[in-house]
Amino acid sequence: MASAPILTASTVLELAAPLPLDGGQSLAGVRISYETYGKLAADKSNAVLICHALTGDQHVASPHPKTGKPGWWVRMVGPGKPIDTDRFFVICANVLGSCMGSTGPASAAADGQPYAMRFPVITIRDMVRGHVALLDALGIERLHAVVGGSMGGMQALSLAANWPERAGAVLVIASTARHSAQNIAFHEVGRQAIMADPQWRGGDYHAHGKGPEAGLAVARMAAHITYLSEEGMHEKFGRRLQNRDAKTFGFDADFQVESYLRHQGLSFTDRFDANSYLYITRAMDYFDLAEEHGGRLADAFTGSTARFCLVSFDTDWLYPTSESRNIAHALNAAGAPVSFVELSAPFGHDSFLLDVPALDRVIDGFLRQ
Amino acid sequence: MMALRPDLAVIAANVAPGARVLDVGCGDGALMAALRDGRGVDARGMELEPHNVAECVARGLSVIQGDADTDLAYYPDAAVDYAILSQTLQTTKRPDLVLDELLRVGRKAFVSFPNFAHWRVRLSLLWHGKMPVTRLLPIAWYETPNIHHVTVSDFRDLVALKGLKVEGAWFLSGDRAISDAAANWRAEHAVFLLSR
Repeated sequence: MASAPILTASTVLELAAPLPLDGGQSLAGVRISYETYGKLAADKSNAVLICHALTGDQHVASPHPKTGKPGWWVRMVGPGKPIDTDRFFVICANVLGSCMGSTGPASAAADGQPYAMRFPVITIRDMVRGHVALLDALGIERLHAVVGGSMGGMQALSLAANWPERAGAVLVIASTARHSAQNIAFHEVGRQAIMADPQWRGGDYHAHGKGPEAGLAVARMAAHITYLSEEGMHEKFGRRLQNRDAKTFGFDADFQVESYLRHQGLSFTDRFDANSYLYITRAMDYFDLAEEHGGRLADAFTGSTARFCLVSFDTDWLYPTSESRNIAHALNAAGAPVSFVELSAPFGHDSFLLDVPALDRVIDGFLRQ
Repeated sequence: MMALRPDLAVIAANVAPGARVLDVGCGDGALMAALRDGRGVDARGMELEPHNVAECVARGLSVIQGDADTDLAYYPDAAVDYAILSQTLQTTKRPDLVLDELLRVGRKAFVSFPNFAHWRVRLSLLWHGKMPVTRLLPIAWYETPNIHHVTVSDFRDLVALKGLKVEGAWFLSGDRAISDAAANWRAEHAVFLLSR
């Protein structure tokens, strides 16, 4: 599809004032599409902001309107779950630049046409600016906690560093304080795949009905490999063949892993806008929290009064443990109360979304304070 | 609350209220929780075992997964009033260097360890000619994490060699106090409070 913002039943906040951006521009008419779960306490002290990952959305614990699949973190968020909606007022907003109802490159610009590549390049901090505007609108001065995995963790760190008074606790899972050369390299492969697709048309594919689906699918396939562990992939697929007894001596998807990746790529194009993928991966690549704060990561947190918890997974090679440990040491040097643990899980980077009981205990205990 | 292990109880009773503490090798966080709840201490921890760290975080404690041998280097000088190393010294690769680091990060350091010169250990070695497996050292030589067995006398020598001040010393057999003079024979646990 890749043609128009997906309409959701989510609540939409229209920002009255233009949103200033790190790139120097400001964006007028910004819409933030969000979901909430649970009840906000009278003193507004029980709000938890969950920040989603690159291709995530606000449907953290409610069905995806397009695919009908359960929310992406239902195992963690809900009544009696570690992020307990009986106790917390949980907020999840679609990030700026995305395509699930918040303003992004597929949204209409002032001239009524999609922004496409006229959309300004945004940063993780710009996304968080959008979140902060939402908190302002909801009258929430200080979150009980901000929680995020992967790109969501970058947003949580950015909020802690740039709006230190806005969160009492910061939980960062499988994330990093800066994108490494390897991270940028994988993203660049994805972007080039999209832009090499003739259907991309310099970003102006919306009027043509068909977008760069082949390119976007390849981008997703490459990225998907980075979300799994070598060991997990071997266990899931090995060298098993897909619905056949012998190799075909052709280029059909002989192997199960090929078939799986093709399916992941194709189904992704049904729910995600190609230009959004370009803009959000760019924002992640630009992320370097130390650089924003004079080159020393500890200085990013000098004004912080929050408690921090960092979690990594031993099979995550996208944002490996060393990245989380690095953040923990910086927080330590800044004197902030910080916990850090590397959990063992077989699922690679995706472990934060999957069944890791130790993660449930850590999140539950950390948020309970 | 569960009763603290005797050496931890000694430490808990001798940390100044409201102090800043780093518990290196904090295990499941029992001492940190006691210090926080009982004495208003700002306690931070370091622990190698992930399941212990997860347990600590679940108790609301701030604990970093790390290795006493290498990761104390990431803490600034005089970051805390007390650095605590309980029952961990004998598991480190270089106890002498860890001791230096403890007294760099902490203004004072509590160090507790099982005394390898306790008479049961001596007897076991003397009679059986085998590495002792006792109540306090229950694991066979090939799988014990204790790679640097140390006695009260050895530790006193190291402290003297480094010119450190002994601000307090407690010796225990079970939860009974043992006198200084008899410590190297009769103490199962030793607890030292050191400063530069």
